[in-house]
Amino acid sequence: MAILCDRNTKLLVQGLGKMGQFHAKLSLEYGTKLVGAVAPGKGGTVVDGIPLYNTVREAKARTGANASVIFVPPPGAADAILEAADAELDLAVCITEGIPILDMARAKAALSGTKTRLLGPNCPGVVTPEQCRIGIMPAQITRPGPVGVVSRSGTLTYEAVDQLSRLGIGQSSCVGIGGDPVVGTTFVDALGLFEADPQTKAVVLIGEIGGAAEETAAEFVKSRMTKPVVAFIAGQNAPPGKRMGHAGAIIAGGKGRASDKIAALERAGVSVARSPADIGETLAKRCPGLTARPSGMAR
Amino acid sequence: MNIHEYQAKALLRAYGVGVPEGKLATTPAEAEVAARALDSDVVVVKAQVHAGGRGKAGGIKLARSPAEAKKAASEILGMTLHSHQTGPEGKIVHKVYVEAGSDIARELYLAILLDRAAEKFALIASTEGGMEIEEVAAKTPEKILTVHVDPNLGLQSFHARRIGFWLGLDAPQVKKLETFLAGLWRLYLERDASLVEINPLVVTEQGELLALDAKLNFDDNALYRQAEVRDLRDPEEEDPREREAKEIDLAYVGLDGDIGCMVNGAGLAMATLDMIQLCGGRPANFLDAGGGADKEKVKEAFKLILRDPAVRTILVNIFGGIVRCDLIAEGVVAAASALGVKVPLVVRLQGTNAAEGRQILAKSGLNITPAETLREAAEKAVAAARAAAKN
Repeated sequence: MAILCDRNTKLLVQGLGKMGQFHAKLSLEYGTKLVGAVAPGKGGTVVDGIPLYNTVREAKARTGANASVIFVPPPGAADAILEAADAELDLAVCITEGIPILDMARAKAALSGTKTRLLGPNCPGVVTPEQCRIGIMPAQITRPGPVGVVSRSGTLTYEAVDQLSRLGIGQSSCVGIGGDPVVGTTFVDALGLFEADPQTKAVVLIGEIGGAAEETAAEFVKSRMTKPVVAFIAGQNAPPGKRMGHAGAIIAGGKGRASDKIAALERAGVSVARSPADIGETLAKRCPGLTARPSGMAR
Repeated sequence: MNIHEYQAKALLRAYGVGVPEGKLATTPAEAEVAARALDSDVVVVKAQVHAGGRGKAGGIKLARSPAEAKKAASEILGMTLHSHQTGPEGKIVHKVYVEAGSDIARELYLAILLDRAAEKFALIASTEGGMEIEEVAAKTPEKILTVHVDPNLGLQSFHARRIGFWLGLDAPQVKKLETFLAGLWRLYLERDASLVEINPLVVTEQGELLALDAKLNFDDNALYRQAEVRDLRDPEEEDPREREAKEIDLAYVGLDGDIGCMVNGAGLAMATLDMIQLCGGRPANFLDAGGGADKEKVKEAFKLILRDPAVRTILVNIFGGIVRCDLIAEGVVAAASALGVKVPLVVRLQGTNAAEGRQILAKSGLNITPAETLREAAEKAVAAARAAAKN
């Protein structure tokens, strides 16, 4: 078991540009069942062994695909998300960074009531170790195990996963929800999936300044979760009013500060690492049983 | 992206939203001419800078004659305006907006923005116009009304009625508010605004609604399809390093410490700043070189970091996923030699091709301190900055 994707996931690529091709290749090498790509006007041809289709509906009908990864540039990205939903895929993972907020707000509202779950945009995707890689994460640092990882950041997710793997603690699934103000899958959605997943025994949550997603997650942990949660919040010393790389990472009007998020999480019983170097250690201390693996497993 | 009040008001006018008559001036003489042309007993001379709190900072003055307007403009133009939103260095005023005075009966507040928690657009109204809305929210939250608008259905007339009657407007004024809000909403959507804030929205003695002050922010992600909005950018209002970084597709925020940072990924970049501070050091900047960082980007990033004279050491922290550490290492070596980098470099490479990357650094003959973990990297950078400070 895992969340969002596993060895049975059949994946499409929407937007087979340079980046799409590069990561399609890596996902195939990792063992992902990548069954086709959507490239309007190029249907019927094959690129790098990947069959191309004109529409998502056609690709789904021919391949039985149930998920897609979207690399379409910002002007067409919301359209690509809506096409995936129209074809009733289970999961659409949008990697694209820089989609206008208006487009995303509309797409997100349109998705409610459809059967499609959106992950992202502006996210690194999801990896279920040794089963399926969707997106751009370096899957080689992951290893299978009991810890779910969910994060608003890309490279900071890698940092956390690497710390876990070095301690011999594997992961059920590693999920990047993205750094935009409006995202398809929220912390609460991912926490709910991990809570319901029998393989997952504990969760690591990586948040950052801006918005109130961490506060909402804290409420959920307090009222609905039985599994232990460990967290880190990036941007503890970020200046107010400045957008720190991610579109959503900004302290505005005195809201979105790391200190408030940390306090909310701790009140909900979450163990919060103060230092980004201590994420793995904090989990190991909170859940001593999970490290009981031969030391040879650590690289 | 921010724009000036005078630009915001021109846009509002184009969308049929009521604003007082006004004219831009860059010299005291122009301000005098503007005041004369406005045909108003009282004019207001307002500093045009991208920051709030102008009134308290002496950037807004009343004038009862064209001569007084000239005098007010001469005091404001060229001043360095210090408010809680300008930062400690303040902002130099290059332009003033001369505006006809209004007979104010009531001051209200109105804004449109994205409510991130609800993932819907929100209309925010308050009876406490002219105050900082954050302060109202903290002290008297019952004086704020939030009305959500579905992004696909858009603004409805009842939204305006709900707000208008809640604000205590009479029926004819509520009708006027419908038109006022419809204009704001159209502007918000059509121009990809991220914030429209009218504070205060005044009800005049004659019962008219006027936007006395206006703040418009725009979604940077949508600027590619908003050429007219792009043209409103005022480079003088932007931090030159942040502007330059944007042009080469790097995310940069200047800070006041002495450890320059180059990191890939926004989250890891923020975490690196946190780590430096936990180790007792002070970062000089936030810099996200992005997922697609390569040799050229590394060089540009170094140039940008070194432009800050306070930088005593540089910490490079790369977790290679997409980014290959060997390419970053080549970039670091090339940049350090080409730019003649004199400050100590601490480099942590982890992830894809990290071993190859470390070898390239070791063989370069440059003064580069390698580090394995995030903590080690921060500790070494802090030590290097301290040693440099003593020399």
